[in-house]
Amino acid sequence: MRDHAGPSPHGHGTGASSDARLRGIGARPGSGADEPSQPDPDQPHGPIPDQPPRPVVADQASRPAIADQPPRPAPHRTPRPDPDQPSRPVAANQPSRPVPNRTPRPVALHPGAWWLWALSLGVAATRTGNPLLLALLVAVSAYVVATCRRPSPWSRSYAAFLKLALAVLLVRLLFAVTLGSPIPGTHVLVTLPELPLPDWAQGIRLGGRVTAESLVFALYDGLKLAALLICVGAANTLANPHRLLKSLPGALYELGVAVVVALTFAPHLIADVQRLRAARRLRGRPDTGLRGLLQVGLPVLEGALERSVALAAAMDARGYGRTAEVPPGVRRTTTALTLGGLLGVCAGTYGLLTAEGGTYGLPVLLAGLTAALAGLRLGGRRTPRTRYRPDRWTARSLLVAGSGAAVAAAMSVAGVTDPAALNPGVVPLVAPTLPLWPAAAVLLGLLPAFLAPAPKEPSP
Amino acid sequence: MIRFEDVSVTYDGAAEPTVQGVDFEVPEGELVLLVGPSGVGKSTVLGAVSGLVPHFTGGTLRGRVTVAGRDTRTHKPRELADVVGTVGQDPLSHFVTDTVEDELAYGMESLGLPPAVMRRRVEETLDLLGLAPLRDRSLATLSGGQQQRVAIGSVLTPHPEVLVLDEPTSALDPAAAEEVLAVLQRLVHDLGTTVLMAEHRLERVIQYADQVALLPAPGARLRMGTPAEMMAESPVYPPVVDLGRLAGWDPLPLTVRDARRRAGDLRDQLAGRIPKDNAPAAADGGPAPQGPPAPDHETETGGAGGNPGTPRRRRAFRTRPTPPATVHIADVTALSVRRAHVHALRHIDLTVRPGETIALMGRNGAGKSTLLNTLVGLVAPSTGTVQVGGAPPHRTPPRDLVRRVGLVPQEPRDLLYADTVAAECRAADKDAAAAPGTCRALVTDLLPGVSDDTHPRDLSEGQRLALALAVVLTARPPLLLLDEPTRGLDYAAKARLVGLLTDLAAAGHAIMLATHDVELAAELAHRVILLAEGEVIADGPAAEVITSSPSFAPQVSKILAPQRWLTVAQVRKALS
Repeated sequence: MRDHAGPSPHGHGTGASSDARLRGIGARPGSGADEPSQPDPDQPHGPIPDQPPRPVVADQASRPAIADQPPRPAPHRTPRPDPDQPSRPVAANQPSRPVPNRTPRPVALHPGAWWLWALSLGVAATRTGNPLLLALLVAVSAYVVATCRRPSPWSRSYAAFLKLALAVLLVRLLFAVTLGSPIPGTHVLVTLPELPLPDWAQGIRLGGRVTAESLVFALYDGLKLAALLICVGAANTLANPHRLLKSLPGALYELGVAVVVALTFAPHLIADVQRLRAARRLRGRPDTGLRGLLQVGLPVLEGALERSVALAAAMDARGYGRTAEVPPGVRRTTTALTLGGLLGVCAGTYGLLTAEGGTYGLPVLLAGLTAALAGLRLGGRRTPRTRYRPDRWTARSLLVAGSGAAVAAAMSVAGVTDPAALNPGVVPLVAPTLPLWPAAAVLLGLLPAFLAPAPKEPSP
Repeated sequence: MIRFEDVSVTYDGAAEPTVQGVDFEVPEGELVLLVGPSGVGKSTVLGAVSGLVPHFTGGTLRGRVTVAGRDTRTHKPRELADVVGTVGQDPLSHFVTDTVEDELAYGMESLGLPPAVMRRRVEETLDLLGLAPLRDRSLATLSGGQQQRVAIGSVLTPHPEVLVLDEPTSALDPAAAEEVLAVLQRLVHDLGTTVLMAEHRLERVIQYADQVALLPAPGARLRMGTPAEMMAESPVYPPVVDLGRLAGWDPLPLTVRDARRRAGDLRDQLAGRIPKDNAPAAADGGPAPQGPPAPDHETETGGAGGNPGTPRRRRAFRTRPTPPATVHIADVTALSVRRAHVHALRHIDLTVRPGETIALMGRNGAGKSTLLNTLVGLVAPSTGTVQVGGAPPHRTPPRDLVRRVGLVPQEPRDLLYADTVAAECRAADKDAAAAPGTCRALVTDLLPGVSDDTHPRDLSEGQRLALALAVVLTARPPLLLLDEPTRGLDYAAKARLVGLLTDLAAAGHAIMLATHDVELAAELAHRVILLAEGEVIADGPAAEVITSSPSFAPQVSKILAPQRWLTVAQVRKALS
């Protein structure tokens, strides 16, 4: 018989310490003696102190649904069901198994598709310095955002990214004006008073001539960066970042939840600050200004701390961090694969980057990656969790991602075959022309606007 | 199903156990109500069931708690997650994901249920709790009642054998509360779910309980028995029990229906008498009192609140100067407020007269808080005008505004910044440009026995409310607004609040409170305004408005209908 005061079967981390506390002086004497006898492991409804949580889940699933389903006898619980076949006991429970889970949420695409599409456009933007092509890229992303975005809190971030891009562009221009630019130019627009700098600051210039060429160069350069930012903004707007994190492999799930909680935390914090600043008005203090912000700082932090503790309690009570029993062999294999894989990735990368490792670099990197991924997949067995309506890679998702990839590929190819058109020179100063084929390729990026337009009616 | 064996819990740093000698058993499929005044350790007992006490909170638990045969000493909360579902007081702190549907699925995902089962249960739960139209909504955009329903739904989906609920209905309007309780009853009856629940608003839940576990005082032993037995000795009881005790009925009635059957004699006894209305002058809803009432109200008994308050307190209010001599303290004309394409308020016309107590009632999300916030200038009107003390509040500088209107928000803690009561009072005096010591005198009146160096966070819910009230009253605003003041208060704290507000109204303050608590409205309000979807749907004397609506009628009026008695205090006074 197992001693109840001992560490719990899955006890690790903090559990051990509280168990130790529980064992304290006041624990009922002879707690090992008067406890109910160990139940038969095959009995479905008995006390199950020694079982891993896994079998209980199977037992759970057999409980009658809230609707008018008649209670059925619990199926015989297998002591240690295979984690890969979690639905077996349930299939018996459901004569006609509904398949709604196969259908993804209406119209919503896999968030990964949006990110791939947007990042591909971003890659395309880095391949060219042609302002017309860049403007076209931005226009394409803006059009898709306008047609495809849903009314949701994160969909408002596009405007913020636009502003950020504009700021980046302006800063780049400002630097070109004040710090000068190595671009030799003949069209002097204006000559600023130059600040004489000491010898050790050689190579840095403050003020001086501002040429049209340097300005145009800075403009092209800034546009490139701005377009990249806008593409990231489009990804943020179109795909719920939380759902993207949900697509992480099972072994990384807990990490994903931590990030999601952190992400929801920020809006809460902002809401708190707003509420408390408003409350200052009720006390007769001005509700604007920096001082107001500083004075609510402590109460806001206090509130945030309390909320995180409450959230942690709620998550724990709802089964966060449950682990399934895995055979020691699997556990060891997981560790070996993950560690070995990571080492392989490191060695492979090193080989790729150094001159002499050209031969073994790539294969080692690939082998390492495969091993690490296998380790992650195996590690997922430890978490018994399943996914509710996971986003699936439907044909439309693939097309959306593919359209973005096509733009990036076409631009890369064009960058090799026709570098002059993609990167119009600034010395001598010439008007950029719109190269036909690359421009047509960029328009491919419009495909999502026709594949996944947002529903006409905004959700209530 | 749940078994406590001689359990006591001592938190770290506490000298005495929070609860001790708790020994009871909740059989499978019963709904047991945990009853007791604030601060007796109800939350601790509930937390021990899910294993959060002591695994999460720290402290030492002696004795043994077993749930569905699992000892909470060897099973951490996460390993009990498939048998115990817990819903706390604040639904927002319970949410892990960001949309309704994901939240409902979260618990099942953690338990590793197959996707097909998850999908079916989410759909069932959406229907069961009436959440289907909200399924894709972000949780942050829901109203309080909707959030509470999502929180309950999110623990229902794994079909736990035990549900533990800490004040599940205190944030809900009467209709939403009925809905939630009906769901709970259905779970108990149809699925044999065991429910252990704590709730201050006994009038809502007592009729659903199979047994009552009573914690009569801090450190006292927990007693368990049938609801009627326990109510006979409980220090907290709903109005129907109060009336039953007054009339000497035995066994005590627990439902309005039981009470009505026995109330024949009482009705006959009361037949010739007319209830003394709350309102000194507004009984007919007609003309305003003639100007502001005189400041000297030493002899007036505070209305029908039944708690006349201490003489000391009254002296403090007596020294207050006469409020500004406007007949209308607040004037609202054709007010509409629109926020993010939602009509929060539509075409509201309203006047507030001195000395009048108005209860704003209506569903969660009907616009009550928005109306209060508009009156205090936190929200600017989209169209229409708001005048408080002769000026539009959203354009009045905060410094002047506090002398015209004060709001105690839903979470009184939002008003408190300092780390001691004394510092809070000094700051309040400075903010209101009042003589030093004004606020402290008010605190001494409202909260006798609270020392200067207490941290506001260590105060109980009711004490914190009183402190926030004192801070607001320091500037002597003629219009006092309270948003959900009785949330989380037990009957004793509520009675103190009623006495206090009655005194304030008698001293000439106009009071407006947004509340779901029909019993509070019945005891306090002269006038009741019902809001629905941002519109005023009823506005009139309390007795008329609340007795005409079944969901807003207090228990006493339901029992004694067609006579129009609202509170036990009225009946008691009429009989004596």
